[in-house]
Amino acid sequence: MTPKQPGEKPGVAVRRLDLTRFRNYPSTRLEISAPGENCIVLVGENGAGKTNLLEALSYLGPGRGLRGARLDDITTNGAAGAWAVSAVFAGQGEQRRIGCAIEYANKSGGVQGRARRVIVMDETPLSGAAALAPYISIIWLTPRMDRLFQEGASERRRFFDQIVVGLFPDHARQLYAYEKTTRERLKVLTGHGNQRDETWISALERRMAEHAVAIAAARLEGLELLKTHLSFASESRFPIPVLALKGEVEDLLKVHPALAAEEQLAGLLAGERTRDGERGQTGRGAHKTDLQAWHPEKDIPASQCSTGEQKAMLTGIVLAAARLQMSVRGRSPILLLDEVAAHLDQERRTSLFEEVATLGVQTWLTGTDAAIFSPLKGKALFLHVTDGVIENINQLD
Amino acid sequence: MTARAFKIEQLIQLLAKMPGLGPRSARRAVLQIIKKRESYMLPLAALIREVADQIKTCRVCGNLDVTSPCHICQDPKRDTATVCVVENVSDLWALERAASYKGLYHVLGGTLSAIQGTRPEDLNIKTLIERASGGDVGEIIMATNATVDGQTTAHYIIERLKGVSVKITAIAHGVPVGGELDYLDDGTLSAALKDRKPY
Repeated sequence: MTPKQPGEKPGVAVRRLDLTRFRNYPSTRLEISAPGENCIVLVGENGAGKTNLLEALSYLGPGRGLRGARLDDITTNGAAGAWAVSAVFAGQGEQRRIGCAIEYANKSGGVQGRARRVIVMDETPLSGAAALAPYISIIWLTPRMDRLFQEGASERRRFFDQIVVGLFPDHARQLYAYEKTTRERLKVLTGHGNQRDETWISALERRMAEHAVAIAAARLEGLELLKTHLSFASESRFPIPVLALKGEVEDLLKVHPALAAEEQLAGLLAGERTRDGERGQTGRGAHKTDLQAWHPEKDIPASQCSTGEQKAMLTGIVLAAARLQMSVRGRSPILLLDEVAAHLDQERRTSLFEEVATLGVQTWLTGTDAAIFSPLKGKALFLHVTDGVIENINQLD
Repeated sequence: MTARAFKIEQLIQLLAKMPGLGPRSARRAVLQIIKKRESYMLPLAALIREVADQIKTCRVCGNLDVTSPCHICQDPKRDTATVCVVENVSDLWALERAASYKGLYHVLGGTLSAIQGTRPEDLNIKTLIERASGGDVGEIIMATNATVDGQTTAHYIIERLKGVSVKITAIAHGVPVGGELDYLDDGTLSAALKDRKPY
């Protein structure tokens, strides 16, 4: 892969955002007209709607949104029907309009049916959120992720997969296909009243194995790229943890060619049918992989570091991933950094703002205190959020 | 609402249930039909009635036609040793429009989906295995869609055909005719490279 020069084309950026019945925004339009406004700071009190705005943006990229919320829990309180988010993205020499809304399965507009996410790009419906991956990449960091290194593997895996999707958009399609076949297999294994069809299960296991190996290969390649990039990059002042992937499928790929790894995994899955069926969960596969991290200097697991150090390492990974994506794909992500200044000391906050201002990536930051962001004065668009109302306060005193 | 207006509204609601038509398009279509009563409405009604009376599902391949076996299965110019497996009749029609395939078909009637409750016995898979085992078929072409369910169904059928003396092939996935590589997604490019052939 030939690395592309960062800044070869201007980064992708949100230029207009429309929210309809989205949490505490009944109907809001936000225009970001100045071409240089690549850094947007949202300030306001707790509960004002800063994170809601970032969450709305997160639905315009692949993935399940920044909060991973139930789709029908998002509609503004008291409002009937569905919510919608739409944005105009510009940059990389092109302009796209992407919209996301929920639709109810009964299609009558009532709320009795099952909510389904509908995505439209330039007036053309897309098959799903994974189809957005070649066009838009959004990476987020939220206070909920402050304990990412201490919690279960699933959140860390999701975080890393988000980075890998930014590097290899097809990873999103593989993840979706893997999840779907895994659900299907489990449904067949746990189905009641019907005789189990072993051939059907075997076909599903082969598909699962194919997707799992493709996922593991992309993760391993993504990790190697990230490590190589980090070993040459000295731009960041954030500690970059030593990263490793621990997973059965990744291990298989390290010793076998892809086809042999698929065979092995399909065989392992076949051996787990009874146990998986009894437990109602799939015991092995690409969904069990964990991203392990150690502090670069202290040589201790990241989970044993202080909250501030963990936050600094996470921030370092996110900034490095953004730079790497620009280098590998020539396409910049959009960064959503919610309450990012919390737990960071003054020096690291200043470093973060310096990096954000020069990164060439549209970055959305939130915080309760505008003064914290004073180093960004003159370099960012400052918006004040009060109960779903957004006001431009670019004159920061 | 008068009885007549109610009937028109019923017609609109029925048409609005058709794929690709919403209430607005259905309303427009109904207005157009009503305006052209002699040239459009009555022949359309008569034809729908006629098709409804005569339509049959082909007992050999699952195609829809007014005869069973269908006109494709009865066509003596067709290559009876080759059977192309498709998900739905609409896929069969798409291949027929391309006019480049001269073999026979087998319509599955959908794809396997445990979540949606579509099991192997709900599809025309048993008849396909019987057809393939009959001795007259030399090649089965899998032409299910490149979706998760389509590919799982193809895998399932291939498993079921193990032990049957028949060549199994699959249609190629990759660069569309007239397509530019720069505009293709990574998945399509990977599939195209994987399925490359000697030049």
